[in-house]
Amino acid sequence: MMAYILRRIGYGLLVLIGVNLITFWLFFTVNTPDDIARIQLGGKRVTADAISKWKAERGYDKPLVYNAQATGGKKFTETIYYEKSAAMFVLDFGQSDDGRDIWYEIRTRAGPSLAIAIPTFIIGLGVNISFALLLALFRGTRFDFSSQIFLIVMMSISTLFFIIGGQFVFSKIWRLVPVSGFDGIFDGWRFIALPVLIGVTTSIGSSTRLYRTIFIEEVGRDYVRTARAKGLSELTVMFKHVLKNGMIPVLTGVVVVIPVLFMGSLLFESFFGIPGLGSYTIEAIQSQDFGIVRSMVFIGTVLYVLGLILTDISYTLVDPRVRLE
Amino acid sequence: MSITPVLLLTDALLWLLVLAVAAYAWNVRRHEHLLAPWVKVRQNPIAMACATVLAAYALVGLADSLHFRSSTAAAPASATAAPAGRQYSVEVKSLLDVLIAQAFGPMAGKSEKTYSEPLATHSFAKETIEAPGGVQAREYPRLAVGGAHLKDPADRAGDIAWRALAGLAAGCGLWLVLGLLLCVWVGRGFTRLPHTWRAIWHNTTPAPWRPVLITLLVICLLAGVALVLGSRYHLLGTDKVGQDVLGLSLKSIRTGLVMGTLTTMVMLPFAVLAGLTAGYLKGWVDDLIVYIYTTLSSIPGVLLIAAAILMTTVYIDAHPDLFPTTLQRADFRLLALCVILGITSWTGLCRLLRGEALKLRELDYIVAAKAFGVGRLRVITRHMLPNVMHLITITAVMDFSAMVLTEAVLSYVGVGVDPTTNSFGTMINAARLEISREPVVWWLLASAFFFMLSLVLAANLFADVVQEAFDPRRVVKRARLRLLGGRA
Repeated sequence: MMAYILRRIGYGLLVLIGVNLITFWLFFTVNTPDDIARIQLGGKRVTADAISKWKAERGYDKPLVYNAQATGGKKFTETIYYEKSAAMFVLDFGQSDDGRDIWYEIRTRAGPSLAIAIPTFIIGLGVNISFALLLALFRGTRFDFSSQIFLIVMMSISTLFFIIGGQFVFSKIWRLVPVSGFDGIFDGWRFIALPVLIGVTTSIGSSTRLYRTIFIEEVGRDYVRTARAKGLSELTVMFKHVLKNGMIPVLTGVVVVIPVLFMGSLLFESFFGIPGLGSYTIEAIQSQDFGIVRSMVFIGTVLYVLGLILTDISYTLVDPRVRLE
Repeated sequence: MSITPVLLLTDALLWLLVLAVAAYAWNVRRHEHLLAPWVKVRQNPIAMACATVLAAYALVGLADSLHFRSSTAAAPASATAAPAGRQYSVEVKSLLDVLIAQAFGPMAGKSEKTYSEPLATHSFAKETIEAPGGVQAREYPRLAVGGAHLKDPADRAGDIAWRALAGLAAGCGLWLVLGLLLCVWVGRGFTRLPHTWRAIWHNTTPAPWRPVLITLLVICLLAGVALVLGSRYHLLGTDKVGQDVLGLSLKSIRTGLVMGTLTTMVMLPFAVLAGLTAGYLKGWVDDLIVYIYTTLSSIPGVLLIAAAILMTTVYIDAHPDLFPTTLQRADFRLLALCVILGITSWTGLCRLLRGEALKLRELDYIVAAKAFGVGRLRVITRHMLPNVMHLITITAVMDFSAMVLTEAVLSYVGVGVDPTTNSFGTMINAARLEISREPVVWWLLASAFFFMLSLVLAANLFADVVQEAFDPRRVVKRARLRLLGGRA
């Protein structure tokens, strides 16, 4: 078991190195720091002096991967790759374009992101599993059929409409909650309620359909037939047998997103004015702050790889039949 | 007036795709086992109705994919600018633009100053108007085009009602013509026309044509009303700079279709080849391909797209000589978006196909082919590919609607299509802040909502039927369910 986990972590590191190289290639070789400086400083009428000043201020004036002018080990350390890209492995993200420490920002913004993401995740999971189980119980009936149509319609509506419509109805017409804003994780429930509600609503369509398929697949298995043959009622079969076994694929399927919850949601945070990592990312994209975008790509990948490892471990914990080799 | 065609990159790929689909259809028709699942799709009334809606959208989108530049009427031909002696306007138009201009007559080419409500005669915002006596007053000015034919704006309601009725009549007429054509086609000739009509009406034809006719009726009625009312009024209002929203919505359809189809088409060959090769060859090739797709899928999708699109804009800005017109710049960005979305979304299909290939390679017919000395490439293309086609079809159909929805979100984030490109995303983005106005500017969002929902819903329902028809595993499961549960 331990050896297996260690090997998975090693593979995860390998993936991280790959991602690191891809982002480096995207951000520094497809377009050179000169191009980026020109865009940042505005258009064609930028002097060469201004560009080299911009690069020097941000430490982009060094060679990419190999510094022939330096001596010894500095041939490799005094390069853009070492200082900007490899440094991320020790959580050194440098500064954003407005001069703030990126790692500090990430730490302070993770809280608000989680304040939205965790309730949305837990409530959404509960609602979707219950709904799916209900549909599996009433499979093949009119209720099942009309619910399926309802779910497909829900899937077909863009998240943007849910958010805009929700803000319009709940905040503007009914005046139940503020349109946007944030006020601490525990005090500001009024600010959190609407994004969570809409977040759960948007997830219903696809998740419930997926879980319904899983439960119905479970209903067709042999142990269910045995349970019925013993004379158990349909309710007992569904809640005691199908639910328990169906939870295995459902839970192992969602483990992978748990670490990624830290990243927050781009759409919800920016629409509702939550000062989390999602809005941080979207602001960085819109102001073309490449330092922040690179850091978020790295953090996001670390969390996703962590999620993959957790998924593998959760398989063994939930399902004793699975042995990891 | 002469024209010169302009072939945009996405146009070329879109028409190539049309050719590919036609070739696929021709191939399917010749093979009974390939035809079987499609026959099942054809027998489903929901799928037929959805296919009709999708076909209508495809017609609009393809009409918008024939671009050309027309020669300018006044030609102060300077020898350097036009060596051929003829000067073409810088503005690239599409067939759809011309059709809209023809159909909406006076509405085309002109626009209002700012927002106006659907079917309005007056502007949405007050303006200072100078009365004949020299007195200035704040009033809602008459629109330049919308309802301009009315002498007295009070006649509006009656005029609209008449025009709506005329539109419905025109729609009915159009429907009758189309219905007749359909009858002739279904009945293979004119001879038994009443009989065919009755068969369709009582739904006794092999394929359910009645839902198609009903869907066609709805589309024809909507189109008729839109044409008759839309030639004198702004049927869906105008946007912030006074453009007709109906026209904007129609122009947005192409972007949605391009995103939905080209993204899949771009990634498909690569995903299929990589997935099958990895599963069939195993060994270090497998390790490498698995590593590549794990790495790519580990990067948060939106961030990878954002990074790549930022890089594309930098590239476009750094090479202005490659893209002479704004439309070509916008088109390149659209294509780049498709490619990048393809890169982020091929991993799912690749993983699926690798798993399938791992199973297939142990089967007898593959082992036999190998024993006969059939080469690796031939085994993959000739023996494995046909056996995973159902997975590819399902993925291609299911991805379509997801991509249309993704486009809207990406446009909001600011890494979607070029701001000058018409798309549902840019429409929503432009309208989202206006919802907090008083009174509310609702028609932009409502139009985008209607057009997007009908497209995506039709695609999703169609995909659902296709999935059911193509997935043999699901068929097996259904049969078992029926045996055991007695309920399903």
